[in-house]
Amino acid sequence: MSPPITDFASLSIAVDAVPYAKLLGIQSREENGQPLFFLPFQAHNIGNTILPALHGGVIGGFLENAAILHVMWASEVQSVPKIIDFSIDYLRTGRPEVLYGQCEIIRQGKRVANVLMTAWQDDCSKPVAVARAHFLLA
Amino acid sequence: MSEKKPIASPALFKQISDWFMTLPHCQVLGFKFGDAHYGCMTVCLPFKDELIGNPATRVIHGGVVTSLVDSTSAGAIYTMLTELEAIATLDLRLDYLRPAKPDFPIYCTAECYKLTKQIAFTRATAYQDDINDPVAYSVGTFMRNSVREVPS
Repeated sequence: MSPPITDFASLSIAVDAVPYAKLLGIQSREENGQPLFFLPFQAHNIGNTILPALHGGVIGGFLENAAILHVMWASEVQSVPKIIDFSIDYLRTGRPEVLYGQCEIIRQGKRVANVLMTAWQDDCSKPVAVARAHFLLA
Repeated sequence: MSEKKPIASPALFKQISDWFMTLPHCQVLGFKFGDAHYGCMTVCLPFKDELIGNPATRVIHGGVVTSLVDSTSAGAIYTMLTELEAIATLDLRLDYLRPAKPDFPIYCTAECYKLTKQIAFTRATAYQDDINDPVAYSVGTFMRNSVREVPS
């Protein structure tokens, strides 16, 4: 159990409470009444030193974290939703710059939520990756 | 697989797998090379507290498994190549079958089961003590000869 996420301040606290989210350096803020997640660039998130590019797993992990936190924020559930499956399409190279992520709950039932995630860098119309996941809520 | 075929180009594979293990994000997670033969690679991820996704249960975050599967699947492709080329993940799907036990390493064994001129198809299993009781199962596709994209 963790404290319910009732507002954007408690969302930031919840992000900091997840060791892996802290390791990546995930942060959040409000944007048009919705949580906006962002990942300031850090050298240890590089997965290809030649390009250079963010590790695909960093982009995936960032979006997966964002989706969990978004569901917790939207539903004010106290238990951390359990991921059932996760599917990601990589559309562009993640450049060594800040990465943004936003989520949309497509359908939330009593037990399962379906969440769509998008990650982008300087232009939200040119996504770096899109992903979808199912979460078990209880 | 009944018989383990040797790696297509051991020198190329060593160069790539050594490079993989030194990549900043692979180092921060703590990937360790396990085993490889033609079409197949195993990587080990020792447990550490920084990788926890749920502080209450101390279960490793699914995103860490995504990184492990992505890198190992890419590595499996290089066991089949004879010349250096860049590859890029097109997509990856993971089914999380059970939570990983805290304090124990996670292994990932990935296989490239189909290699075409342009695309590599992979599948991977993440497990702890028994590959028949996996933590996660994944399928992925990779683009071969990917070049750096110039953002327009």
